[in-house]
Amino acid sequence: MIQLLEVRKVFHQGRPNETVALDRISISVQEGFITVFRGPSGSGKTTLLSLIGCMARPSSGRIWLGGKEITSLPERFLTELRRKTFGFMFQQFFLIQGLTVLENVILPAQPLGLKWSETRRKAKELLNRFGIQGKAGQKVEWLSGGEAQRVAIARALINDPPIVIADEPTAHLDSRLSHEFMNSMSELKKEGKTIIIASHDPIVCDSPFVDRLVQIRDGRILETGELLREAEVSPGKHP
Amino acid sequence: MVRWLRRQMNILDFALFSLRRRKARNLALVFVYTTVIFWLGSVLLFSRAMQTQAARLLEESPEILVQRLCAGRHELIPLEYMDRLRGIPGVQQVQGRLWGYYYDPGSGANYTLMVPTSQGSELQPGWIMVGRGVLRSFAAQDQESLTFRSYSGDFLRLRVREVFSLDSELLTSDLILVEKDDFKKLFGFPEGFATDLAVRVRNPRERPTVAEKIAQLLPDTRPILRDEILRTYQALFDWRGGMALMLLVSALLAFLILAWDKATGLSAEEKREIGILKATGWETGDVMRLKAWEGLVISLTAFLLGSTLAYLHVFHFSQVLLAPALKGWAVLYPHFSLDPTLRPGDLAVLFFLTVAPYTIATMVPCWRAATLDPDGVMRGQA
Repeated sequence: MIQLLEVRKVFHQGRPNETVALDRISISVQEGFITVFRGPSGSGKTTLLSLIGCMARPSSGRIWLGGKEITSLPERFLTELRRKTFGFMFQQFFLIQGLTVLENVILPAQPLGLKWSETRRKAKELLNRFGIQGKAGQKVEWLSGGEAQRVAIARALINDPPIVIADEPTAHLDSRLSHEFMNSMSELKKEGKTIIIASHDPIVCDSPFVDRLVQIRDGRILETGELLREAEVSPGKHP
Repeated sequence: MVRWLRRQMNILDFALFSLRRRKARNLALVFVYTTVIFWLGSVLLFSRAMQTQAARLLEESPEILVQRLCAGRHELIPLEYMDRLRGIPGVQQVQGRLWGYYYDPGSGANYTLMVPTSQGSELQPGWIMVGRGVLRSFAAQDQESLTFRSYSGDFLRLRVREVFSLDSELLTSDLILVEKDDFKKLFGFPEGFATDLAVRVRNPRERPTVAEKIAQLLPDTRPILRDEILRTYQALFDWRGGMALMLLVSALLAFLILAWDKATGLSAEEKREIGILKATGWETGDVMRLKAWEGLVISLTAFLLGSTLAYLHVFHFSQVLLAPALKGWAVLYPHFSLDPTLRPGDLAVLFFLTVAPYTIATMVPCWRAATLDPDGVMRGQA
C-alpha cells in the first residue's frame, strides 16, 4: 500500500513565483487496483504521481511505501525504488529518439547488469505481448501514436515492477487506442499489478476497469471517489 | 563482479547506441579532434625523432672540436696546435679538419665542402663524393661532374666518384667531399692551417677536464664538447617544435571552443534524455558513467586515429606537411626516413593533453543535469 500524509509540494519556495502544487494531501492507494487521479490541467495530478513514484520529494508531509517511510530516503535509494518498484508511462511517452524500439524497451534494465540475452528475451516477449514484435528494429520516431504508447508500456514493464504509473496516457491516442490501453491496464491488474493513472480523459475515468476515481483540483483532493471495492481515503489523518 | 562488469558493458553498449544517433555531429567532432591530435603528435614525434637521430649520428663525431677565435669570430687554426693538444693526458688522437661552405648562385644553395679525414675515404685529385641533395639542386650539367668557381674566379671541374646512400641523407644531403689539394685550390686555403681540430678522448669522464685544459693551454680557442652540440640540436628542435605548436594554436583554440561548447551546453534534448534515464531507474552514477564512456569513445578514437596518422606521417611519409616548418633547410630539403621512435612518455603527454581534458570537461555539465530531480521530465519541463 502507498500512503501519503499531509503532503505538500511547493515549487520556487520563498520566491515571488512560489506555487503550491499540492496542499495537505492524505491518501492511501491500495495494491492490486486501478486508481485514477482525475482533474483539470494544473490540478497537481502529475506532481502527485512524481511524489508517489519517488521522482521528487515533498516539501512537507510523509510518504510510506509498503509500510516503509520513503520521504527522506537518499537519492540512491529512491533510484533503486524507482527501478525495482515502479514502471513509468509519460504523457509524451518520452521514448529516446534515434534508438530502436528494442533499445528503448531495454533502457530501464541496462544498469541492472543482467545478461544481455536475458534482457533481450524479456523485451521481445513484451513486444510480442503488445503486438509490436515486428517493429523491434525500427527507430521510435517512425512509430504511430498507438505503437509508441505500446513501446512505452513495454518499457515500463521490462523490470517487472509491481506498480505501474501512467500520466495522461491517452492524451495522444484516439478512442479506439484509448480503449485498448485500458484493456492492457486491466490485463496488468489481473496479474496483480497496482495501476495508478492521472487523467482527465472520460474514456479512462469512466472505464469499467477503474476501481477508484479520485478528484483533484488546485492541489487538493475534492472527491475521494467512493468507487468500488476498498476505497480508502482519509484526508488529514494518519493512514 | 560479473554483474558489475555486465552493468558496465550494458552502459558502454548504450553509449555506443547513443553516439550512433548523432552520427554527423560526432563524426565531425572526431574529425576535428583527430586533426588536432595528428598535428600535435606529428610535431612531438618529429622533434623527438630528430633529436634521437641527431644523437645517433653524433655518436661517430669527435668528442671535442677545437676552434680558434679571433675577435669572437671563428678563425683558421694553426696545425702546430695539434702537437700541443696531443700532450694533454687523456687525449687519444688529434686531427685537423678542412671544411667550408660553397655558395652556388645557380641553385641559390649553400653546400658544405669537406676533406675526408677517416681512413678508407681517400680521394684522388679531381674527384668528389656528393650527397643526393647536391645532385638534385646543383646547377649540374650532368650527373658525372660539377663545376665550381674558385676564390680567384677560375672554374674547377670535379668528377663525381660516388653518391652517398639514402640512409645518411639527413647528414649528407648538402655535403661534398673533396680532395685536400682541390679544397685548397678552390678556396685559396693557406698551408699549415685547418678549419678546426677534432680531438678524441677515450674516457667520457675526462672530456670536460680535457676541454678545460685545452681552454687554459690555448686561450684563443674554443673547445666544443659533443654533448654541447647534442644539447644545441635538442634545443633547436624543441624550439622549432614550439614554433610549429604556436602556429597550431589557432586550431587548438578552435578545438577548445568546440569542446567547451559541447561540455558546457547540454542541449535540451540531452537534458531530457538524462531526465528519462533517471526517471526509468538510472542512478546519477550510471548517467555519469554513460557520459564518461561517450566522451572516452570519442576521445580515444580520435587519439588512436590521430597518433597513428601522426606516426605514419612522420615515419613513412617523410613528414611532408611539417618539412617546411621543422626541417629548416632553405633549398636542400633532404629526403630521408627517420627511424621510428616512440616514447611511452610522449604518448602519455599527448593523451593527457587531449583525452583527459575533453572527457573531464564533458562530465561536469552532465553531473549538473544528472543530479536534477527527474520529475521535471514527467511534467514536461526537462
